[in-house]
Order: sequence, then C-alpha cells, then structure tokens
Amino acid sequence: MTGLPTLKWDKFEIAFWLIPIAAFFLFPRYLTLGSQILIAGLFALSLDLILGYARIISLGHAAFFGLGAYTAGLLAKHGFGEPLSGLFAAAAVAAMAGWLTSFLIVRGQDLTRLMVTLGIGLMLFEAANQASSITGGVDGLSGVEMKKIFGVFGFGLDGKTAYLYSLAILFVVFNATRALVRSPFGLSLRGIREGERRMPAIGASVRRKLVAVYTIGAGIAGIAGALLAQTTQFVGIDVFGFQRSAELMIMLVLGGTGYLYGGLLGAAVFMILQDYLANLNPVYWQFWLGLLLVLIVLFARGGLMGGLVVLHDRLWRTSR
Amino acid sequence: MITSFIGVLFDGVAYGSLLFLISIGLSVTMGLMNFINLAHGAFAMLGGYAAVVAMSRLGIPFLPALAIAFAVSGAVGALLERVLYRRLYRAAHLDQVLFTIGLTLMSIATATYFFGPAQQPVRLPGFLTGQLHVLGVDLGTYRLFLIAMVVLATLALTFLVERTRFGAQVRASVDNQQASVGLGINVERVFSVTFALGSALAGLGGALGIDVLGLDPTFPLKYMVYFLLVVAVGGAGTIRGPLIAALILGVFDVAGKYYVPQIGSFVIYAVMVIMLLLFPAGLVGRRA
Repeated sequence: MTGLPTLKWDKFEIAFWLIPIAAFFLFPRYLTLGSQILIAGLFALSLDLILGYARIISLGHAAFFGLGAYTAGLLAKHGFGEPLSGLFAAAAVAAMAGWLTSFLIVRGQDLTRLMVTLGIGLMLFEAANQASSITGGVDGLSGVEMKKIFGVFGFGLDGKTAYLYSLAILFVVFNATRALVRSPFGLSLRGIREGERRMPAIGASVRRKLVAVYTIGAGIAGIAGALLAQTTQFVGIDVFGFQRSAELMIMLVLGGTGYLYGGLLGAAVFMILQDYLANLNPVYWQFWLGLLLVLIVLFARGGLMGGLVVLHDRLWRTSR
Repeated sequence: MITSFIGVLFDGVAYGSLLFLISIGLSVTMGLMNFINLAHGAFAMLGGYAAVVAMSRLGIPFLPALAIAFAVSGAVGALLERVLYRRLYRAAHLDQVLFTIGLTLMSIATATYFFGPAQQPVRLPGFLTGQLHVLGVDLGTYRLFLIAMVVLATLALTFLVERTRFGAQVRASVDNQQASVGLGINVERVFSVTFALGSALAGLGGALGIDVLGLDPTFPLKYMVYFLLVVAVGGAGTIRGPLIAALILGVFDVAGKYYVPQIGSFVIYAVMVIMLLLFPAGLVGRRA
C-alpha cells in the first residue's frame, strides 16, 4: 500500500449502510430488537479498536459500557434528561476510567491484561451491587426519564425514535472511528499489531499509542452503554456482567476482528440468533454459543468478514 | 480476638490450599505450553460431579470417590488434550482465550442439562465432620483433612518434579523447549502427561472442595478469576509460586469477608492489583 488510505466510500460500504435504513421501513415491529443490535454493534466497534487493532485482550470491556449506562441513567433520573449531553457525559466518564486503568493494562503481557480487565469489571459489578442506594443494586436503576432529542423527538413506545437515534449515533461514531484507523495513528496501531518490538525503531511510542486507543475504546463503549440506558430508560446491573463482556467478544470474532464492520455484522447475526434460539431454552443457547466459539477458533478465524473478503477476492479475480 | 484471628487464618489456609490444588495444573500448562486455559475450572467441576455421582448413585464411600474424581478428570483431560488443546499450542493467546471460554460455556450448559442448576450436596463421612479442639481453638476436622491432603499432594508433586526422570524432563521443557527436543526429550508426551495430571489434580480439588466452594454448573466461571489469580500472581511454571500466592489470596479473601464484609469482595482484587504491580512477572519466575 502506498500512502495513507483514503476516506472514500466503497460501494459495498454504501450498500451496507442502506440495510439498517431499509430495515426501519421493512420491519417496523422489530425496531426494539433493531436498536439493541445497533447498540451492541457500537459496543463491538469499541472492542474492535482495542482488540482488533491494538491486540489488547480484554475480558472486562463491559466495565466501560456499564459506567456509560449508569452515568446517562443517573443523570436522566436526577432531572438532566437531555439525551446528547448525557451521551457526552457518559463518554467522558468511561474514557476517564479507561485512561486511568490503561496504565495497568499497558504494563503487562496478555495474561496480566486479561486478569486486570477481568478484575476491574468484577470490581465495578460489586461496587454497583453494594451501592444500591444510588444504583438500585440488583433491582436495577428505574425512573430514568428522557427529554426529547433537540426538544422535538420524544422516545415513544413504537421505538422509532430510539432506533433512528441509535442509528445516527452509531453512524457518526463509526465514521470517526473509520477516519481514526485510516489516519497515521491508525497505521501505527497496525504496526504495533504486526510487530510491537519494531515500532520503537521507527520512533513510535507503543505505550502512548496503546493508552490513547484504550481510552478512546473505553469512551465509545461508554456511549454504547449510555444509548442502552437512554433508549430502554432502565439500567440493569448486568451491564457490568462478565456475560456481557464474553458475549461481546463472541459477537466481534463472529463478525471478524480488525475490519470495523465485523463488529456490526457479528452483533446483528448474534442478536438475531439469540432472539430465535434463547427463547427456546437459555441453557441450550449457552451450549451452542460455546460450540460456535470453538468452531470459529478451529476453522473460521476470520469470522464472517474474513469469509466475505475471501469471497470478494475470488469473484473479483474470476471476473477479470 | 486472637482466637478468631487464628480461626480466620486457619480457614484462609484451608481455602488457599484448595485453590492451590486446583490451580497447580493451570500453572503448569501456562508455564509449559504458554497456554491460557480459562476452562481449567471445568475440570475441577467435572471432578466434583464425578465424586457426587459415585457417592450418591453408586454408593461409593467418600475417599474412593475422591480417587474416582481424580481419575475421571485426568482421563477427560488427556482426551481433550489429544483431540482439541494440542491444535492450539502455537495459536495466538486471543484464540486460546476464545476457545477455552467456548469450552467453559459448553461445560456449564452440559452440567445444567445433566444435574440441574442447583447446588450439589455432599455427605461427609462421620470421622471428617465436627471440630477438633487444639490449644483453645476449635478447628474444623474437614479443613484439617483438606490441608493434610494438599500437603501430601504437594510433597508428592515436588518429589515428582524434583527427583524423578520425568520431572527433569518437565523442568527442561519449561526452560527451553527447543533444546529439550534436541536432547531427545519427547516434549509432546511430556505435555500430554502434565496436562492430564493437572486436570486430575483439579478434579481432586473440585471433589474435595464441594463442602467449601460449593458445586453448581456456574463453578468454572465463578472461580475462574481465582484460579487465574493464583497463577498470574504466583508466576507460571513453578510449584512454590502458586502455593505462596494461593495461601496469601486464601487468607486475605477469608479475612476480608470476615472482618470487613461490606467491602469483602474488593479485598481480593485490591491484593491482586497490588501484587501484579509489584511483581509483574509473578512472585517466583522461572524465566526472566
């Protein structure tokens, strides 16, 4: 590759973004599921930054999702229900937490990172559990009342506002992230992924870049959490749960790491599958989830995006 | 005050030795194969269920049931190593993490399918229940038995690693795989045997721990962080490191939950963060 990658839109990318818009008109009864997918996709996008691009294994990314959710939820509960400022506050709190913990994470190797992220997630879960007078504990935070977006669009029961609001935020954040990974900073992240030891030789500070990307990833996770709190007007303690971090990882590897689109695709497939299968029997769902992970690792490391890229290359070559 | 302190210390040591017994296999697989196995707790759970089935359905007494737990977990460990784990020794850590989370989820679902979500009861034999009065302190007989078993297992393990030909091969393989292969050591076989042994010890620990840790399908997830902690803090690939780490963690966890119950669950994470900051490579590192 010569020079910086451009920000020009590919025809596949344009087609991709037409899907959620079409879904809005085609499946008006599934808009709640739709917003859940968009939020999960945003969350997966944030993990892709730190896992797919910086290769930091995190088992506790839900920590930042939860912080964002509680920030937005608590603000709205206490009268500051303006949605956009809630998102900014949530992003700031989560990014701050990410920045503070990044120093522990940058220090260690894979095992230490995994332990520290897992530990932070569990600690926050416990904290939310203990501080039940503020967070509502296991009962969850209710009484979250959102104001109208721009004073015009209220969150109705039909879920239309929630869906379009989530989609708009996802699109904006996705574009910022897309520009980020195509910038020199993004290229240096790719350099770290490919050969961490060689990066200092070209004058790049690995430490500082990892801190930066971890902070940004945490902030985006916070926005995703805030979106969930605002659109459902409720925060359950499971926002901090290990299950959420694990499922997030599954979504991302199912879609494929390091493409940005992988997280969105994985989230959609995962949530739709879950909607079908988990209602049959939650225990079996967990079994199939586990089996899916094992099979992906053994046979399909690239995930869905990896498969699509291979397919695209093959078609492109034969058509020539 | 003093007696309660001794009681807490005793319980902490018993708890810590149990953690050690279960985690030692994890330490070896991490030190030897650099493999992050998050499903290690599943082998402990398997041992627990094997013992429960042996006792309640087949009417086997407690002590032989422990041997069965050891054997079943060891056999399943050997099988899985041969069929699945071996493919991932050279894979990236991320792949190993994902793969073993997958196995953990499957084990939880399987255990729920066969045994239901409830806690499994265990009936201890009469000579292991009750209290022993030592120097003015009441000590649980079962916890004394637990500590004795772990001391025995540790001595046997230390003898195996330090004094036998096989132990020398294990140490050589941990230190330098390539050189070991060059010297004619069948490193692959060493891997298989140590993996099976580690799984068997975890199974024994799971069976011994039903009375202390409990046994239900979420066991592998609930205690995953503890097992990982023992290894991460103690340093992978040794016996001494995880032993010290397990005892420290056990005592702090029990003491935290006893003296400051409001923040009890934080104590262990605080200890973890401090230890990882002070000793990023573990308490006892084999390799620099």
